[in-house]
Amino acid sequence: MATKKKTAKTAKKTTKKAKTFLQAPINKKLSAEEKIELYRTIVGIRRFEERSLRAYNQGKIGGFLHLYIGQEAVATGVVSLMEENDHIITAYRDHGHALAVGMSMNECMAEMYGKHTGCSKGKGGSMHFFAPDKNYWGGHGIVAGQTPLGAGLAYALKYKGVKGCAVCFLGDGAVNQGAFMETLNLVSLWDIPVVFVIENNGYSMGTSLKRSSAEENLAHRADGFDMAWEVCDGHDVFEVREVADRAMTRAREEHKPFLLEIRTYRYRGHSVADANHEKYRTKEEIEDYKKNKDPINVLKQQLIKEGTLDEDLVKQIDKEKKEEADAAAQFADESPVAPREEIQTDVYWEVDNDTEGKLKGTYFFNDV
Amino acid sequence: MALITYREAIKQALAEEIERDENVVIMGEEVAQYNGAYKVTEGLWDKYGDKRLVDTPISEAAFSGLAIGASALGIRPVVELMFMSFSYVAIDQLFNNASFCRYMSGGLMNVPIVVRGPANGGTNVGATHSHTPENMVANHPGLKVVCPSNAYDAKGLMKTAIRDNDPVFVMENTLLYGEKWEVPEEEYTIDLGVANVLKEGSDVTIVSHGRCAMISLSAAKILKEKHGIDAEVVDLRSIRPLDEETILNSVKKTNRAVLVEENKPFCGVDAQISHMIQYKAFDYLDAPIHRVSAVDAPQIYAKDLENWQIPNEERIIESVLKCVS
Repeated sequence: MATKKKTAKTAKKTTKKAKTFLQAPINKKLSAEEKIELYRTIVGIRRFEERSLRAYNQGKIGGFLHLYIGQEAVATGVVSLMEENDHIITAYRDHGHALAVGMSMNECMAEMYGKHTGCSKGKGGSMHFFAPDKNYWGGHGIVAGQTPLGAGLAYALKYKGVKGCAVCFLGDGAVNQGAFMETLNLVSLWDIPVVFVIENNGYSMGTSLKRSSAEENLAHRADGFDMAWEVCDGHDVFEVREVADRAMTRAREEHKPFLLEIRTYRYRGHSVADANHEKYRTKEEIEDYKKNKDPINVLKQQLIKEGTLDEDLVKQIDKEKKEEADAAAQFADESPVAPREEIQTDVYWEVDNDTEGKLKGTYFFNDV
Repeated sequence: MALITYREAIKQALAEEIERDENVVIMGEEVAQYNGAYKVTEGLWDKYGDKRLVDTPISEAAFSGLAIGASALGIRPVVELMFMSFSYVAIDQLFNNASFCRYMSGGLMNVPIVVRGPANGGTNVGATHSHTPENMVANHPGLKVVCPSNAYDAKGLMKTAIRDNDPVFVMENTLLYGEKWEVPEEEYTIDLGVANVLKEGSDVTIVSHGRCAMISLSAAKILKEKHGIDAEVVDLRSIRPLDEETILNSVKKTNRAVLVEENKPFCGVDAQISHMIQYKAFDYLDAPIHRVSAVDAPQIYAKDLENWQIPNEERIIESVLKCVS
């Protein structure tokens, strides 16, 4: 039991010793191209979301729009560590993770427009992006509801004897849901290779951490379940990578769960509908993050300093991503909505499989 | 054919599917070392071990959700809920995730899980352990609901449910666990969505499912002997998919329908079937459709009153007599 905690705490010390996270072994291995790719991903997520916000304000996107702006380094860093048999799952703020795993801006934007060309054929919307071919399992709309599912993905890997892990993202609001507590107990009890990543942006909707969690150090909750944990800052993609790598490697190698708290910040409201987000926090607070901790700036400065990036390339990537996001919006706009009969497909497997449906002669949707 | 209990039939189905498919896992509270709270899984842990029979903590949300996540990667979990009333503890996982994941993902995520356990009253255990929630489950597109009324059906339907690629709730009945029926030795399955005519008749159609189908059958016998009324008894077997054709054909023949279920009447399964009959066979009806449901109150503890709260022969006969008069 003691060894478990030791692992976590020793690891924590290492974090502090490292001069810059860029020098950590896992990051040192990155080529210049790979570092630029990380930058490209972060910028891409930002530009995509800014474009989707415009589309929302034009009335092109319905429902909710939970923007990830400010948190980009978290999804980018963690996803960049995924190996062949690793899987990820997240909650409703899912655009960043989707783009990081390599989903196209077109299919993501079209999904929000409710178009047939969307990743979920317009049936899921902003909160329900899926790409199982990229080991990405959504996109879930109930706070903490995805946490047992993440445990299940990891359970399946262990059951099948596959070396891999599942990474399950959640927000700081999710830690106070019973389902998450139950799941922490289960994964530690059964040694399931899942890494829970709390993206702690300080606010569960409009309620600050201080007002919603009795213990503000959210990672400490792992202690109650004899589980390893670590905390890190989420503005530096290299710091995220270094810490997440320890958690994911441990999960893969030892089949042990890990609780990672990544401290980050969102510039926008909980959703676009949360227009009063400056009522529960100060303008100064938001400006401070934008000025001093913005994940794009942090990464840009580091890469320019070491000579991997230059201002020309920065401008070029920015332009490229803006154009890609614009093109996605245009693609979504011009895409057709699904035909009416599609409302009743993808409900039951058999209904979508003609032979099976006819063979079994089952009835589901008779008009009554 | 061997005479075996409903409990034994389910156990045989589970064991045969464990043998047939290495991805079938039985999971739930007390299913392994304790041999099952209702002994449905008795002996399976001894035979198949920890990997296939998994004892869980009392954490319905966690293990139901874990089963859903695992099913996305090819595991076929059979989740036992000690009582279907406990599905309410896992309601988010079962009703938001198991039912909707396939749709929300545009067909990219399948959830081939089975959720099984007793769903019934009549056991004198009070409201929180007695609810009959098949109407609530059936209200969620994406979920299937199966209600076996006898050992033969229980085995055949359970095997089909486990092989199904969608989430299936199998509503068992504690009062049936110890009852015996003839079950063949050889392998068989029963398709979902195919009702069973338990008794043919010409005067009135009784539509029912689960244990109520058996009570209806015995009421039909009394109706024949004492009142000379020849009732046809249709056992739905599954609520969703629903075999509308068999119900309609029977009503078109008898021109009268009495619907029997243990559900509470308000928004019940019978309300749906009643609507379906009047909509599709209105011209064939010679009398209003009658319903015999559980009396609309939380399940009562007092035994004498509970026996009257859920449908019994007496209440069914009374309703049929009104319908044919």
